[in-house]
Amino acid sequence: MPLELADAIALPEGPEREYLWTLNFGPQHPATHTTLRLILTLEGETVVKAVPDIGYLHSGFEKLGEHLDYNQYVTIVDRKNYISPVANEIAWFAAVEKLMGIELTPRCKYLRVIFNELMRIHDHLLCCGAAALDLGGFTAFLYAFNQKEKIYDICERAAGQRFHPSYLRVGGLLADVDDTWINMVRAFIRDFPKAWNDIVRLLNRNRIFIERTKDIGVLSKEDAINLSCTGPIARASGVVRDLRKDEPYLAYRDFDFKVVCAREGDCYARYLVRMEEMLESCKIIHQAIENLPSGPVNVDANSKVTMPNQLSVYRSIEGLIHHFELIMSNRQWHTPVDEVYAAIESPNGELGYYVIADGSGVAYRTRTRPPSFIHFAIFPYLIVGHQVSDVVAVLGSLNIIAAELDR
Amino acid sequence: MTHEEILVKLRQKFGEVFTTSEFRDNRRIIVPAEHIYAVLEFLKEQCGFDMLAELGGADYLQYPNAQDRYGVWYVLVNTTTGIRLIVKTFANDPEPTLPSVFPLWKGADWMEREVYDMYGVIFDGHPDLRRILMPDEFTAFPLRKDYPMRGRGERHNFPVITRPES
Amino acid sequence: MALGGLSESVLVTQLDKLANWVRKNSLWPMPFATACCGIELMATGASRHDIARFGAEAMRFSPRQCDLMIVAGRVAMKMLPVLQRIWLQMPEPKWCISMGACASSGGVFDTYAVVQGIDRFIPVDVYVPGCPPRPEQLLQAVIDLQAKIQRTGTITGKEFQQQRLWPHPPKPLAVELPPAEKIVAPGDFASATRLQPDGRP
Repeated sequence: MPLELADAIALPEGPEREYLWTLNFGPQHPATHTTLRLILTLEGETVVKAVPDIGYLHSGFEKLGEHLDYNQYVTIVDRKNYISPVANEIAWFAAVEKLMGIELTPRCKYLRVIFNELMRIHDHLLCCGAAALDLGGFTAFLYAFNQKEKIYDICERAAGQRFHPSYLRVGGLLADVDDTWINMVRAFIRDFPKAWNDIVRLLNRNRIFIERTKDIGVLSKEDAINLSCTGPIARASGVVRDLRKDEPYLAYRDFDFKVVCAREGDCYARYLVRMEEMLESCKIIHQAIENLPSGPVNVDANSKVTMPNQLSVYRSIEGLIHHFELIMSNRQWHTPVDEVYAAIESPNGELGYYVIADGSGVAYRTRTRPPSFIHFAIFPYLIVGHQVSDVVAVLGSLNIIAAELDR
Repeated sequence: MTHEEILVKLRQKFGEVFTTSEFRDNRRIIVPAEHIYAVLEFLKEQCGFDMLAELGGADYLQYPNAQDRYGVWYVLVNTTTGIRLIVKTFANDPEPTLPSVFPLWKGADWMEREVYDMYGVIFDGHPDLRRILMPDEFTAFPLRKDYPMRGRGERHNFPVITRPES
Repeated sequence: MALGGLSESVLVTQLDKLANWVRKNSLWPMPFATACCGIELMATGASRHDIARFGAEAMRFSPRQCDLMIVAGRVAMKMLPVLQRIWLQMPEPKWCISMGACASSGGVFDTYAVVQGIDRFIPVDVYVPGCPPRPEQLLQAVIDLQAKIQRTGTITGKEFQQQRLWPHPPKPLAVELPPAEKIVAPGDFASATRLQPDGRP
């Protein structure tokens, strides 16, 4: 947006216009983490109005979804919320499997749950660490990153890629996990509470951190619902809503965990909710890894939705034909000509996919319900009346991921 | 309140202006564009759908047996009971227009702007209907089915900076 | 600068070496982090990989203070003018690392909104492959850039006056596929045939 146009939007008409001035914030700014832009109208140091300008990372994800088949699109989905890639994959395949009517195997469900919760820890670590970094606490960021590296290692062991695992497939997973992986997860959840405690001791009672986050960016419960907020942001405002409990998907019915909520709805409450959620996730992972069912991870090969194993492709004609049918772009899956919406509780909130299928192996339309996009829309409501330095605190507490914001 | 009760209430109020459909656990009602605002308002005020979870659009240009061009869906959630309802409506060329639901749910603000940006569906009554993701000077609507995936060369349309110049 | 006028006729080899040595060991990166690669860039700076071992840990977000731009992540159409402006704001001598497949070539995002390689619009010194590259790869890129600075650098910045080390900059997209064409899926033999260099199928 050119600045004259921004001025026209940002500044009110009338005599008070003379006392206001416009500050351009971003799109290349350390506190925006990635690429987003704010046009702030200031009176002294107080923000009178904020106009977000986004789209600096718009890459046509949804258009790509109309050209790639259901399995290929997993690589693109990964790059949507790159802080919790597997959670995106789980959401995408939740929609695709609902569309095709596939019931997963118990082992696959448990593994997906473990990955979903690992991603939740991963996302919240980055969010809390980076929020602290923006407010001047570098050490918490380093502690958080240390734990993040361990989750990267776990992903790498399972899928071969540390950052974008692309681990899920229609009806199952890329490969089963091994004992080393299970021990890595066990070691992680054994050591994690200690590292968590380190971060908590650094921040929870830190005078500077509290003063800069408490009563900043307060979101009331009614506003949270009316503005479509979900996830930790809504829960920090007192909306008791967690899709893991409300609409249990995968195997969440089997686990015992609490939904963490707060009442205040300020930046500090959002931080606390995220920190507590990590421990709950640890609990879920512990229950899941100790009760991991045996058996296959993919649905039955006869259902013709998953890839056959390598041996049967090389040794039998049925396997070869099966592989060929799934790989050839004019065959692949046969889906109902209908549309479906499915959502999961991703670390950031409700992450949904609206998939329209036209019967071929490629979706006709893949619409994402991106939590970051919806959460960034509330930013102008939160920041008005606060100081310029609070912009960073509010942005950090909303956990905006630009790739998901702009898609 | 279950889906059936909601449908009964809606029928009492609006008669047979809408049709229903169902797929897996998705319950949908399809409402023509002229009644969409009234139906959504009724759903919000009388049936407790206080959250608009998602608003999105699609272009049905090449869809088998499609009659209308642009579809827009509203996924409503009742946060007390947790039930979902999908309301769908359609708009057509040359000027696809729908009423804005911003007065009902403030969360619809950016989602409607995105549908406008991607499909060119105009939301009547939206306070600030501008492009949101694409640059302001962009003229096409990129998610329409007749827009090519690689664009029309807009992505190469920039000056080149070489070493000696910089 | 006094040396500036002499740069055409005088060789200052030992001084060059000294300047190169100083420059290469105190690179100040400007993290132009747009997407996923930005997180790996953060990981490179964090404790396990520790970019400080190569003297490049002083990340400055103001282009005026930097001499190495690391473009991490895809650059969308709306972002490219910003990128060019920031590049022009950086003082000489300056270098650019294009981190990741998306910055170098567009990567998987062959769509209407993504610039197919930043090297079409700004000069690039080192390309890092990967999606995203591992932190080790980025460290290797920094080491490679240090070697390049030591090898080609001059105190007067003469190397920047020449076009490039190779005779011509990258061409425009070799074959711009027809707009309506779908992505070539494996096995779609009608459209997956290799294209000839002149664009004929």
